[in-house]
Amino acid sequence: MKKRVYINSVGSVSAQKTFENTLFLEEITSYNDTTMGVINPNYKDYIPPAAARRMAKGIKMSTVSSKTALDEAGLDNVDAIIVGTGLGCIDDSEKFISAIIDNKEQFLTPTRFIQSSHNTVSGQIALGIGCKGYNYTYVNGATSFESCLIDAMIQLQLEEAENVLVGGVDELVPHHVNTHRLINHIKKIPVESAHLLASKTEGCVMAEGAHFFVLSEKKQASTYAELIGVRTYNILAQNQLAQTVTAFLKEHELSSDAIDLVVLGYNGDVTFDPYYDLLAKGMFADTAQAYTKHLSGEYDTAGGFAFWFASKVMRTGTLPAVAHLNKVAITKPKTILLYNQYRGEYHSLVLLRQC
Amino acid sequence: MGKGIAITGMGVISAIGNNVEENYESLISKKIGITKISHIDTVHKNDIMVGEIPTTNSVLETQLGLSPDSWSRTSLLAVIAAKQAVTNAGITDINAFRTGLISGTTVGGMDKSEQYFYEYFENDKTWHHINGLHAGDSTQKIALSLGLKSSFTTTISTACSSAANAIMLGARMIKSGQLERVIVGGADCLSKFTINGFKTLMILSDTYNTPFDDNRKGLNLGESAAYLVLESDAVVAKENKKVLAYVKGYGNANDAFHQTASSDNGDGAVLAMEQALKVAGLSPDSVDYINAHGTATPNNDLSEGRAMNRVFNGKVPDFSSTKAFTGHTLATAGAIEAVYAVLALQNNVIFPNLNFRTPMQEFDLLPETELKQKELNVVLSNSFGFGGNCTTLLFSKEA
Amino acid sequence: MTDLKLELKEKIIEQLNLEDVSVAEIGDKDPLFGEGLGLDSIDALELIVMLDKDYGIKLADPKEGKQIFESVETMAAYITSKKAG
Repeated sequence: MKKRVYINSVGSVSAQKTFENTLFLEEITSYNDTTMGVINPNYKDYIPPAAARRMAKGIKMSTVSSKTALDEAGLDNVDAIIVGTGLGCIDDSEKFISAIIDNKEQFLTPTRFIQSSHNTVSGQIALGIGCKGYNYTYVNGATSFESCLIDAMIQLQLEEAENVLVGGVDELVPHHVNTHRLINHIKKIPVESAHLLASKTEGCVMAEGAHFFVLSEKKQASTYAELIGVRTYNILAQNQLAQTVTAFLKEHELSSDAIDLVVLGYNGDVTFDPYYDLLAKGMFADTAQAYTKHLSGEYDTAGGFAFWFASKVMRTGTLPAVAHLNKVAITKPKTILLYNQYRGEYHSLVLLRQC
Repeated sequence: MGKGIAITGMGVISAIGNNVEENYESLISKKIGITKISHIDTVHKNDIMVGEIPTTNSVLETQLGLSPDSWSRTSLLAVIAAKQAVTNAGITDINAFRTGLISGTTVGGMDKSEQYFYEYFENDKTWHHINGLHAGDSTQKIALSLGLKSSFTTTISTACSSAANAIMLGARMIKSGQLERVIVGGADCLSKFTINGFKTLMILSDTYNTPFDDNRKGLNLGESAAYLVLESDAVVAKENKKVLAYVKGYGNANDAFHQTASSDNGDGAVLAMEQALKVAGLSPDSVDYINAHGTATPNNDLSEGRAMNRVFNGKVPDFSSTKAFTGHTLATAGAIEAVYAVLALQNNVIFPNLNFRTPMQEFDLLPETELKQKELNVVLSNSFGFGGNCTTLLFSKEA
Repeated sequence: MTDLKLELKEKIIEQLNLEDVSVAEIGDKDPLFGEGLGLDSIDALELIVMLDKDYGIKLADPKEGKQIFESVETMAAYITSKKAG
């Protein structure tokens, strides 16, 4: 028999003040921009200066977020660490490239190169807590974080591990933003957070964040929800979406009526938001709907923010009005479905159940 | 005893050959692939030697029917090797079974990103490379080239153990019933980024790399792509597939010692090897040959040698590193060496550890330096990377 | 020599991002690695680049760094001897 998988704790550093785990979007920070940086915790409260001196921002954000999750789960160590990141500590990668070019391959130092290795975050967390267990890093665009969830579920269900730390992290850095704005992946005109979906312009509002969770085979007092299923799809045509969602739900012996809340990955890109409309106006027209990217911004691991959000909704039983997309009311949802895609690729479905 | 996952196809392109047969020919005839660098204009070209694939991008593009400068070299190599693997497995309809793709890479499209880093702002003809900096972009290109739709695809980047971890995940996904068939492997091209990066770590050799030699001076970077097709027992039975070998065991552990260096006693490597044996349900004495990570850096070979001594209690089986042939191809190392492990099993040969002269002072381990014929049933393959990542795979003739 | 030592301390703090350390806290003979400042092998590589970039001294083998980087005093002595030579 397959083991159950519980979300036993959360940790988040994002464009909202989420690093204080006791809060759940009680105060909202609005932006009127094309990018959104995180609200930084005081990193010195979490990381000793000697350790921090060689840490890229992605590592710092992940250290805070993972420590928050470990603390809440009441754990000093875990059996496995699985991290997702679209681009890793890209600030260091970009600075290493520019140094190669500007200095004509002379006088380069190793630190930036080492931090450029995509697995530097998972490696540093392992080093920090002394975890000699399974250690993986997924770098698959907008399904990097969801790949971690799939792996963690296999870990727990095949009884390879009891407690798994999973997380997603991405950094917001200038060269990446400037180049992606050239190709209209990032908006050229600022948009107010509250009006993101009405922008009618191409591209997203790019952001950053780090979100970590302890997934476990055992339920405990801190448990937020049960993780039922995750699937990713490299590409999906719009006309395949509804049948794909139906098939996914059927795998878990559910129909669309069983979903109390659907969290959609709307990011305000006029070209690709129609994917979400298909569900919002189709099979989930009468279901409570939420969205999160006006709060978190878009990045490869923004699915981590949505996962954090859905976990908090489960735990508190309330859907914050700021994230409520339609007029269908919901309290104490029992089953939540998350759907995300990026530019018509990297689709994911994640299913949570109250427990 | 743990049941193995069937390998039904493989493909490879490396400095010693453009396909599986050419690679095998080079391995048994001691044809080394290490040269001076010719495709990248770097100031270090006289200080380093590399395992470069002679074929130029434009020849690869022609092979794939692409217009010039369409893709990163990583993607070009990846698609060529992945297509070979799929053909070798006799797959005609890629979507006939629940099929996935798991690819390992460290640089992804870095070759183009570093080339156009500033030019992006001046020349819109380069813009199609912007998204190539995402490592996942190379995987998506393979998936679409193979015709994979609505499929599970992902990318692993755990430095030099990336492709080994892709193989391990693929086996676990079949074992857990999530996939019926999966293409696993990795691809990395040479780039200024990695050349200069490893240069800052002062672990690049200025001559042929010499694994497990006391006077080893460091590694030669290489480039390659290698993919294998793994299929469930049900698919193998239904399609009456020829099985090349099995992924019998796997282990992944973290050294949790240092950001780049391996621990003196190879703790992570010991854990990975022990776990792989446990998953396979095999005892250490059933291992017939070890294809070592053996990068020829002072640190790796000492740490790995000590770890082998610990796991095998001083009775280390025949072992060699094939990196003297290919160079260290980073993310791909685990996949190319998986192909070599399968070739070793199929042909009952141990490939020589070239350039070895002087035994290391720290222990009395002697790699096999000549091609050796021997009945092989189980081959162990190690891949270790930055961030303390240690992965061991076990390949076997029988399930 | 004293000026060189002061200069080295400033450069070490900057190059290695030792935010919480001041020049006054680094004694001339304090060990830089292990117990003293707690530097590691990556720092050693950073210091090798510093020698090359700022003093034109190239080390071919990172192992040479072990003695040279023992303390600020040994570093200063090494640089002075190389310059004189």
